[in-house]
Order: sequence, then structure tokens, then C-alpha cells
Amino acid sequence: MQVDLIVIGAGPAGMVAARQAAEAGLSVALLDEQQRAGGQIYRDVQAVPEARAAILGPDYTHGAQLARDLAHDNITHIAGATVWIIEDGSEVGYLKDGAAHVVKGRRILIATGALERPMPVPGWTLPGVMAAGAGQILLKQSGVVSKQAVLVGSGPLLYLIAAQMVRAGHPPLAMVETQTTQDFVRAARHFPSALRGWRYLTKGLTMIRALKKAGVRRYTGATQITIEGRETAEAVSFVASGKRHSLPCQTVFLHHGVVPNTQAARSLDIPHHWNAAQQCFVPERDTWGRSSIENVFLAGDGTGIAGAKSAALAGHLAALQIATDLKRLTPEQRDTRAAPLHRALAQDMAARPFLDAAYPPYAGAMAPADSTIICRCEEVTAGDIRATAKLGCLGPNQTKAFGRAGMGPCQGRYCGLTVTHLLAEANGLTPDQTGAYRIRAPIKPVTLGELSKLNNGPPASEAH
Amino acid sequence: MNTASTFLELTPATDTVRVEFDGQPLDLPLGANLAAALLLAGVQTLRQTPVSGAPRGAFCMMGACFDCLVDIDGVTRQACMQQVREGLVIRRVAIKGHADAG
Repeated sequence: MQVDLIVIGAGPAGMVAARQAAEAGLSVALLDEQQRAGGQIYRDVQAVPEARAAILGPDYTHGAQLARDLAHDNITHIAGATVWIIEDGSEVGYLKDGAAHVVKGRRILIATGALERPMPVPGWTLPGVMAAGAGQILLKQSGVVSKQAVLVGSGPLLYLIAAQMVRAGHPPLAMVETQTTQDFVRAARHFPSALRGWRYLTKGLTMIRALKKAGVRRYTGATQITIEGRETAEAVSFVASGKRHSLPCQTVFLHHGVVPNTQAARSLDIPHHWNAAQQCFVPERDTWGRSSIENVFLAGDGTGIAGAKSAALAGHLAALQIATDLKRLTPEQRDTRAAPLHRALAQDMAARPFLDAAYPPYAGAMAPADSTIICRCEEVTAGDIRATAKLGCLGPNQTKAFGRAGMGPCQGRYCGLTVTHLLAEANGLTPDQTGAYRIRAPIKPVTLGELSKLNNGPPASEAH
Repeated sequence: MNTASTFLELTPATDTVRVEFDGQPLDLPLGANLAAALLLAGVQTLRQTPVSGAPRGAFCMMGACFDCLVDIDGVTRQACMQQVREGLVIRRVAIKGHADAG
């Protein structure tokens, strides 16, 4: 299969980019791992029953239109496709239904979104402990909710899932929040400019009021968070307002922000830089999303956390530049169309610095105690990482060779940032000096059986 | 394994199919996300780690963390990326001591 544009990821950025490129006359292959378009933010949005849509709210159901917009003659949406390799900036290998396939494109847009920021606290590997995003996915896709959940961490998403659980009739048992009053004071200097993004702020206040009304207990400034249990999670213990608490529960949803999923971009050696405000690495790209590789573009939360609206705008901007590259738009047409998008993007981003500062990552998970597991796959602890620093390891690729952290099937997705942070701290270096895991294809596991069924197009049933 | 689940379904599924998990028959909603369906059925622990034998269950639900690995018809798969089909034979994977499992 050969197309003008390959889009990887059918979240807001990918869906809008696909549609806009298609409208400009480009042929588009949209590859996505899930069975239905939407990404994680709009997961299964087209399949969700009405009652559940009401629980999830209009910010979620908004995505249904973006998914419907994929019905365009120029778009081939290949669902259930796991991308495992991107080659030469022009070829993408993916797995679907047990066979490998290849699609070639003149341009590639990587719109792979975000991951939960790893939150290593003692006990976070126990069954019953999940990412808060996972709790939301359970609700969106399956209408499944926990009766016995405690939400732990900080940030707008934590309030959102709590508010959705309240609407579903099963409020969380409690919220254990890590942000402090001092964080709020520090964030206050961003408040005047955040007012331009007032919708996000009023939404936050509305959610917090709903939790109060539902009688959800909230603890703030929590430290020394530990999840207790032998075979599964049994309780969350922590210190708040100088007192130790232990809350029995069977489900723990962890969240202290999301971070760009950079695996695909890193597999192409696109340079990444540390973003201090968001405490994560972001890939280098220009205002259109073009990366250091001319044919490869990036858009959405994978380039820095900005949320679904900004992701859609960034996807649109990338599509305009790609259409211009491929002579479907003149630079003047591109600029005329882009001007309102740039303005909307600036407005949508206005509240972000305030939110980033008011809900920083939990300090206890950024520098965990020595015994805490950092690499879930290989069960490498914070102490193990610090020990490799003492042996002279300056970067994550060395610690990987010394102690296997990052060598498991998740390929460092849930330990990479923590390892960088620990090494930077131990060696007195910056995250940029410390660097990150070198990512190589396969970026998702591929079996020999799948490779042996390599086939140069999507299955015939996929084309529409 | 089949203890009362801490999870519930807002609208209980009507269309269920029989699958096998570690030798036990389970009736799960047809077409449902396998990891979600197992949580609903009270199966929280999906495997033991190859390094220490520690129990693990679904964590990210989006195909990124690889904690929900199960054996389906002899191939290691992420439960959160699978759909429930009639007659699935699911087994727990990875035995302690197998350093490169997964």
C-alpha cells in the first residue's frame, strides 16, 4: 500500500490531521492500535451507550464528530494495527490479525499521544493498583467501575475521573492528593494569564464542588504514600496534616500527570529536549510539527502535554503543512487557514502553565526510597539505579546494560523518566545531560510467525 | 480466583460466551475487552513475574505497560488488547526463574 500520508494514532491529533489532509486531496492511511478510533481521550466514543456518555460528559462525546469525520474516500482507517517499526521516514511496518504489513507514505505524522507519568510508590506493582487513565478506559470502553477505589496523586484528570465516578453512582472512597498549598502559591503568578483559559479553571472548580457534594473525602499535601497488600492492594497509607492514615480499599488509581509517549519519535532518533515545566522530554519540531526528519511530522500530546483541543489544532496545522509540501495548498492558502488555528492554540494553552505549577508531580515518586521498584518489567529498584550511578553510570543506556532496567517488554515506557531523574540527581547533571533510553525497533513485540506472514498491503477487508 | 469482583458493570452484558482461564470456565461478555472482562469476573491477578514471582494484573489498559500478559492459545498477549471470543483458552504465563520470559 502506498499513500501520501501515514498517520500513526487515531486520537484527536491523528483524526483531525487525517480528515484535513484528505480534504486537501491527499490519500491517507490512519493506523491505530485500538479497534475503534478515538485514542485514549475519546476511547470507543462512537460505541458508547447514551447513559454512559452522560456520565463521561460533553468533553468526551465531542470526540464522536472527529471519529465520524474519518468517513472520507481518501482515508483508509486501519484499526487494530500495532506499529512496530518506522523505516527511512517513509515506511511503516505494523501488525494486524497475526500478520505483518507494510505501508509506504510520502509523509508520516506521529500522533501517539501520552502515557501516564510513572508513579513509583511502594506497592504500585500490586494487582488492584492501576493508572487512573486505566480507570477511565474501563469506564469509557467497558462501562466498568470500581466500588472500592481510592484515587492517589494530583492533577485535573484525577478530579475528572472522580467526578465521573460520582455521576456513575460509585464515588471513590477517598482522594489522596499530593499537591500542597505552597504549590498553589507558586502557581499563582501564572493565574492572570491562565484567565484566558478560564473554561479549564471553572471546569476544575465545578468538579471539585461535585466531589464535595458527594461527600468524597479529600486529603491534600499527602506524603509517604505506600500501597499495602500481599497478593493484591488492600490499603493506601500516607501522611497528611501531620497524621498517618491508612485507608482500606481494593482498587488504587494512581495519577500525577501524563507525559508524551515518545517511543516512535525516539526510534527515529528525532532529538528530544527536557521541558522543565512539565518534567518530561519533548521532541524537537517546528510550529507545523515538522521534526528533524523532513518527511516526519509530530502532533498532539506526544509533543508536550496540552490536551485534546490543542492536539486537534496541532493535527490540523500539521496537515496544512503536509498538504503544502505535496503541492495541494499554496503557502498563502496554508497561512490564511493557519492563522485562526494558531490563535485558538494560544488561547487553549493559556491555563496550562498554571495547571502544571499547581499540580506538580508527586515528589515522593520522583525520588523514591531505595527499595521502591522503578522498572516494573525487570523489578529494578531505585536503590539499584542509584548504585549504578555510584559505579559511574551517567545515562540510562548504561544502567540498562548494568541492571536490565528498561529491558523488559514495556521498553522503558514506565521507568524511563524515573531512571533519568534518579541518575540526574545522583550525578548532579541535568536531565538533558543525562539523556534517555535509546529506542530501537521493534517498538512493540513482533513474533516470527507474524513476520513470516508479511504482506505488502492491508487485508482486502480493510479498504473502504 | 473467582471471588466477588470489586468492579461492576453499569449495564450488565446479556450476551456472554464461555472461555477458559487457567482451567476454570468463565462466562464473559462477547466482544468485551478481555482485561476488563477478567476484572469483572473477579480475576485480578493475571500472572506472576519471571524475576521474583510477584503477582501482577492489568495496570495501564492501553497496551503500553505489558503487565497484563496472558497466554492465549500458546501465544503471549496483552489481555487489554484482546477481545473476548467464544472458546478462548487463557493461561497464566511466565514461571519464576525464566529470566527472558515475556
